[in-house]
Amino acid sequence: MSKKSIVFRGGTVINPDGNVVADVRVSQGVIDAVGPSLDGDTVIDITGSYVSSGFVDLHTHLREPGKEEAETIETGSRAAARGGYTAVVAMPNTDPAQDSVMVVRFVRERGEAAGLCEVVPSGCITMGRNGTQLAPYESLAKEGVRIFTDDGNGVQDPLLMRRALEYAAPLGVTLAQHCEVSRLTEGAVMHEGACCSSMGVPGWPSIAEELMLHRDIELVRLTGAPMHFLHLSTAGSVELVRRAKADGLPVTAEVTPHHLALNDELLRGFNPLFKVNPPLRTIADIDALKTGLLDGTIDAVATDHAPHASHTKEQPLDAAPPGMLGLETALAVVNTAVNADPRRIVEVMSWSPARIAGINDRHGRPIAVGEPANIAVWDTTSVWTVSRDELASRSKNTPYHGMEVRGKVHHTMFRGQLVVQEGKALK
Amino acid sequence: MSIVDKPSTEILGAEDVSRAITRIAHEIIERNTDLSSVVIVGMQTGGTWIAERLCEAIERITGGTRVPLGAVDISMYRDDYSLRPIVLSAPTEIPVDLTERRVVLVDDVLFTGRTVRAALEALNDYGRPRAVQLAVMVDRGHRELPIRPDYVGKNIPTHPTDEVAVGSNGVFVSSESEAV
Amino acid sequence: MKHLLSTHSLSVDDIVGILDVADHMTEINSRSVAKVPALRGKTVASVFFEDSTRTRLSFESAAKRLSADTMTFSASSSSVNKGESLRDTIETLSAMGVDAFVVRHKSSGAPQAITQWTNASIINAGDGWHQHPTQALLDAYTITRSFGTKDSLKGRSIAIVGDIKHSRVARSDIDVFTRLGAQVVLVAPPTLLPHDIATWGVTTCGSIDEVVGSVDVLYMLRMQFERMDSGVIPGLGEYTARFALTPTRAAKLSPHALVMHPGPMNRGIEMVVDPSDLPGSRILQQVTNGVSVRMAVLFTILGSGATATLQQGVDA
Repeated sequence: MSKKSIVFRGGTVINPDGNVVADVRVSQGVIDAVGPSLDGDTVIDITGSYVSSGFVDLHTHLREPGKEEAETIETGSRAAARGGYTAVVAMPNTDPAQDSVMVVRFVRERGEAAGLCEVVPSGCITMGRNGTQLAPYESLAKEGVRIFTDDGNGVQDPLLMRRALEYAAPLGVTLAQHCEVSRLTEGAVMHEGACCSSMGVPGWPSIAEELMLHRDIELVRLTGAPMHFLHLSTAGSVELVRRAKADGLPVTAEVTPHHLALNDELLRGFNPLFKVNPPLRTIADIDALKTGLLDGTIDAVATDHAPHASHTKEQPLDAAPPGMLGLETALAVVNTAVNADPRRIVEVMSWSPARIAGINDRHGRPIAVGEPANIAVWDTTSVWTVSRDELASRSKNTPYHGMEVRGKVHHTMFRGQLVVQEGKALK
Repeated sequence: MSIVDKPSTEILGAEDVSRAITRIAHEIIERNTDLSSVVIVGMQTGGTWIAERLCEAIERITGGTRVPLGAVDISMYRDDYSLRPIVLSAPTEIPVDLTERRVVLVDDVLFTGRTVRAALEALNDYGRPRAVQLAVMVDRGHRELPIRPDYVGKNIPTHPTDEVAVGSNGVFVSSESEAV
Repeated sequence: MKHLLSTHSLSVDDIVGILDVADHMTEINSRSVAKVPALRGKTVASVFFEDSTRTRLSFESAAKRLSADTMTFSASSSSVNKGESLRDTIETLSAMGVDAFVVRHKSSGAPQAITQWTNASIINAGDGWHQHPTQALLDAYTITRSFGTKDSLKGRSIAIVGDIKHSRVARSDIDVFTRLGAQVVLVAPPTLLPHDIATWGVTTCGSIDEVVGSVDVLYMLRMQFERMDSGVIPGLGEYTARFALTPTRAAKLSPHALVMHPGPMNRGIEMVVDPSDLPGSRILQQVTNGVSVRMAVLFTILGSGATATLQQGVDA
């Protein structure tokens, strides 16, 4: 840990209790001063930018172990750091899946070895994500796993889901559901709407998400166990969560940057880069998601960063796997798509996800003396063009290639160490 | 072919064209003693009206002998389709089997000979004529293939870049070198 | 025109132009020597990732009548079974020197994807449920030439009967027919209609009996057996009762009405009548016209270059 101090000078500090223009000094892994005219060994002028706690992604596919040709924990961590993230929750759909202490440890240790951000393993709800046998929640919880999900698959069996909630509740962990009634989405490629029907492509109807969401909200009501809903994509889902929260149920929800920015019309050219699960929806859904994000119905933005090797995306639309990159463009896409106050951006990209992930003892903290130095420095005004060739991810499947976006991450500090400076990863 | 924006010279007038058609009709009758085997085939699209006029002239001169009239579109037989787009004109219409017929192929202008070569190939797909004769209103020279006309309205010496326009109202040559 | 991927990329003028070129091809096909040298030296590869002998033969005979060289690639007898990717297949064939690929694929949009991996022209010979543009062109050709005038689709009423939802033929036909001025009515059970049919500019009805007496064209689609197995419709008997063309229904057709089918027919399912007993049947004419129209498409794409325009010729 560096004993030399670093000062971020002239930025606007965003904290839960308000924004203030102040210098921030970091030394030995913690913030040791916040105030005017600070000096240190290294001074970085960040006038015009914001300083906030580093972002936390609830939904990252790092692909390791199993699909290292698409991403590794190291390359994914680097992409995360470039996106301003200091912690990512690694989704368990690896091969082998994260349903055992051994795999969970492996993921965590690889993350520590990369040292670019904290890689927080999630666990499976069911063994091998097969939807039949519960995963060992307690032993995984002892390893620090706080989020359990079968992401990629929804847990279809209502009885199993009920038992999972009942079993997990006393352990203080959160189950996270990928809402998709699979019988309604057999062969589905994209949102069921005007587009898919004229393109002659099997549709993924909104009801397939909303039915499971509704079922699970009722299971939460029954069991009292908390539940998090992954990548909600429809207007109906926003409404269901809004009502559940009004009823005081312990539910939280996330939305991805792409579901806030992109709609199903983009698939007209049959480009698999726009294929994702749940699929890109309509403008009306986007509007409802934005409203939900701004009014607090939706708690967090999560990237669903899903790298795929080029050759797997170079297939016809129905054969290509769903998923798109997200970590390195998240802030810019959210800032471009949603007219959100910078403070709400920090809330949905750092404070809330850190709480949901159960890591708010070290991430999503205030910028204050004594706090761990997990920091992002960014702005909402820089205009830049996304290029897939400049990404740190091992894959290139960004849907934003060539698009102009607004807002940029300049520096990321992880445990007091500058890991990204001027947008460039330092290791 | 446009002659609108180039200065053009009238080589033949409307009456000269009519006279030439009548003369060629006479020559066809003279050369083909058995008119019943003759078919007149105009090349789409510049030769078709001349072919029609030739048929009428033959009917007039012989006092009622009507020879079959056809039209051939050579666009799919051209040897330069890799060089420039093929433009279809009007479909080929050959009213009789050409086997053992004497075909008089009619075009407005004979230049490189490539269109005639294509037409000869096209005609073969309608049967094997006993003979093919070639009638043109204008022979402007510059042949690139060993092809020679049997009946000519007028021989006109031209520059390769000149444009020759033939209509029932006359024959006109416009020459680029004269343009300012 | 570089590719033919979808009817949507054709303007009405393009469609009319191709049908006019098809008249030339029909004339060529009527000759004793039905072959012209127009595409000599060009290579047309038919690349079929899904079986369709009739469409493949129609394209290949079209190519041969224009003197193009043909190559055939079919997935069942190829390295696709050994896991070769679509991209590698296309790049490999391209390297042999192909001017146009005629592509049939089970995935909607596959022909479009292929355009990224070759400089050759791509002609869509049917992709998934998406499009089958030459079928729509040959259908429009068959109807207009049957009714005699080039704009004879205008104001005509055309019923398309059967599985619309899973049909690339229906998607292509509806687009071409409606843009050429026809009124299209879709006759199908609701589970075989695309769910947002309201935006398609067509009407729908639930039984063939409601339309059979009034339409100018009755277009029957092939009913796939597997739809019944997967619970999309109740069963064969009910389908036949509501949607099949039976002798009784055929007797109600207007004297001038045409009966069409893209083939292959399911006798006893949607066709409970022998088409050879129907004076209005154009089913074999569709097959004949298919060759002319595919010649016209190949010629338009390969023979006349990007700037081709159809000169309105003087009638001979």
